[in-house]
Amino acid sequence: MEVPILKQSPHLITTIQAALTDADLIRLQDALVEQVGRYRSKGVIIDVTALDVMDSFATRTLRSIAHMIKLRGAETVICGIQPEVAFAMVQLGLTLEGISTALDLEEGLALLNQ
Amino acid sequence: MSKKDEKRSYGEVATVATEEPRSELLRQLVAHLRQNRTQLRQEWAHRITEAMLLTSMTQDEIFAEATSIYDNHVDALESGTFETLQAYARNLSERIIPRGVETDEVVGIVLLLRDVLARSLFAKYQQDFALLNRILDTYEPAANRVANSVAVSFVQERERTIMQQQEAMRELSIPVPQVRERLLILPIIGVIDPQRARQLTEQLLRGIRTNRAKVVVIDITGVAAMDSNVANHLVQTVGACRLLGAKVIVTGLSPVIAQTLVTIRVDLTKMNTAGDLQGRIEEAEKSLGYKVMPAEQ
Repeated sequence: MEVPILKQSPHLITTIQAALTDADLIRLQDALVEQVGRYRSKGVIIDVTALDVMDSFATRTLRSIAHMIKLRGAETVICGIQPEVAFAMVQLGLTLEGISTALDLEEGLALLNQ
Repeated sequence: MSKKDEKRSYGEVATVATEEPRSELLRQLVAHLRQNRTQLRQEWAHRITEAMLLTSMTQDEIFAEATSIYDNHVDALESGTFETLQAYARNLSERIIPRGVETDEVVGIVLLLRDVLARSLFAKYQQDFALLNRILDTYEPAANRVANSVAVSFVQERERTIMQQQEAMRELSIPVPQVRERLLILPIIGVIDPQRARQLTEQLLRGIRTNRAKVVVIDITGVAAMDSNVANHLVQTVGACRLLGAKVIVTGLSPVIAQTLVTIRVDLTKMNTAGDLQGRIEEAEKSLGYKVMPAEQ
């Protein structure tokens, strides 16, 4: 499934609508890292509100996306993690260390605009 | 199963050694206990007071309960069924547990009754040693079963009470009040076991979502003791809140808890832990852009 990446002035916003396969995640990673440079974006928001499961591969990929984008000179905010998902992730030890998180898209934008 | 076997083997010994049938012996025994009811009962109540048991009850109460237990005991010996006695013991336990009666007291009084009755049998049959032996063969297994079922009923009732209280404690709701817009506080009070920690985390996460909280102050002043499990739960809770985009401030670590955490090497460095609740709330307000000042200014 293709994940749309929207350009919103200095930021890129991508909303994950459904559970992604590993290949989809890798494609998303490549697209984001590439577009951050092309649009000279300052920040990237990844909205995962629709996800009710987050496995270790998805978490790891999100983390590497964030790190890659950091290397490309932009900030990443992951927003909309559901309470149950957050709880499960923490129990599995997947804490997204060092990556900004926000409650929802609005908060994420506010965080990037600070 | 083993108790039944034991009883049967006692019974067999008795029949082998007896000239009279077992039921005849039992009838004699019960008649003796009925006849000397008043005296034995008094003797028993006296022994209970002497042994300093049931100190939380008055003399009259002890005597009244002693009477009921005595009668139920004799009935149980006669009929060989223990349901009534068990029901009575449960009922009694229900009444006396809230008054602080301990297990050793209950076991103690039941054993005292056994002793008192056995003594009276000795006194009555001391002329005829063979008959005494046979009477005791009949009496002992039944009396042991009585003592056993009373004690077990008491312990069961006690366990039921404890379970009920645990349940009640677990169901104590964990309030997550909002003190300012987007600022929640979570005062944790009492013991944290894994189940409660889980419930607590879920409630907090839900609170963050509904109140759109940005900062959460967790106050653990009311937590008496902390071990590595509890500390790890706390670390997990903080991690989960962070994933929802909320900042967590932990406050109220007592010196004892701080020492424990250092001793068991739980890493709380990622948590902002110093200070008191007021200071932390002020800090949280500041990070949300609030400035609180007296009204005159």
